[in-house]
Amino acid sequence: MRVLTGDKGLEREITGVYVCDLLSWVMSHANKGDAWITVQTHLNTVAVAVLLEIPCIIVPEGIKVEEATIKKASEENIVVLSSEMSAYEICWRAHEILH
Amino acid sequence: MKYYIDLHIHSSLSPCAENDMTPNNIVKMAVIKGLDIIAVTDHNSVENAEAVLKCAEKAGILAVPGMELETREEVHVVCLFPDIEKAMKMQDVVYKAMPPLENREDIFGEQIIVDENDNIRKKLKRMLLIAADIGLEEAFHIIEKLNGAMIPAHIDRDSYSIISNLGMVPNEISINCLEVSRVCDLDKYLETNPQLKKFRVIKSSDAHNLGDILERETFIELDKKDIICLINRLKYNK
Repeated sequence: MRVLTGDKGLEREITGVYVCDLLSWVMSHANKGDAWITVQTHLNTVAVAVLLEIPCIIVPEGIKVEEATIKKASEENIVVLSSEMSAYEICWRAHEILH
Repeated sequence: MKYYIDLHIHSSLSPCAENDMTPNNIVKMAVIKGLDIIAVTDHNSVENAEAVLKCAEKAGILAVPGMELETREEVHVVCLFPDIEKAMKMQDVVYKAMPPLENREDIFGEQIIVDENDNIRKKLKRMLLIAADIGLEEAFHIIEKLNGAMIPAHIDRDSYSIISNLGMVPNEISINCLEVSRVCDLDKYLETNPQLKKFRVIKSSDAHNLGDILERETFIELDKKDIICLINRLKYNK
């Protein structure tokens, strides 16, 4: 897993995992402290993360993330991670770590 | 003057639209319904736009060349252009950004290109019902360069909408106008979504059959019945 946003925010605590690509759904269902796995790389993902106090966005399958999104996330102290794994594989690993 | 509009109509080129959505049928139905300005906006393509414009001119109503683009975020936006040449330029960009898949007529329906006399010219093979690899902001800037207008489509729906997929209208693009679907109770919708009250919100039909084309429901005030006037009003409210 690769950190796209530099060193900032890496110390923030993750308490759960949420997976969804519809941002309106995430806004109404994800919890504070979740690591959020999504194929969306649009700038609005950062706005949603800020709104919900989500410390970390994980982009699966090596999808390229827009510069504007990475820049905004860095400013907002949100970590964006990139992984070659699928969302399912990331969930599997996260489950092993969190439980 | 008040002009009655329906700026989101699919023709027989859209696989999901009925095959009798031909230029003449669409224009005649729009005349019967008392519309002044229409836009035919097929999925990721403008190949029937010229035929519609020719029919509309004969019938004395204004048709705007348009497209319903599906962006990378799977957000549908209605794009309107000042002329056919600009619309074709957009189509070139979109075709290059679409995966080279072939349409499955048995699943999605036929994609029929017609002339202004409703004669079938050909069936389009490439699959139109798919997202182009163009981000929303990128699409906005391309349309700006072509002097067109971008209107996020059916924002009240749970799928393919800027609100459902992106949560909100991004601040990074200067959008003035949003579209709600035919079945939307606009007053009620804005009551529950007060943050959208700063936008001009128009209703369009997204018609896939002739009966669904709007009645005289949505109007716009313009100095004259002219595409540039319309685009400027939608983009800048002036």
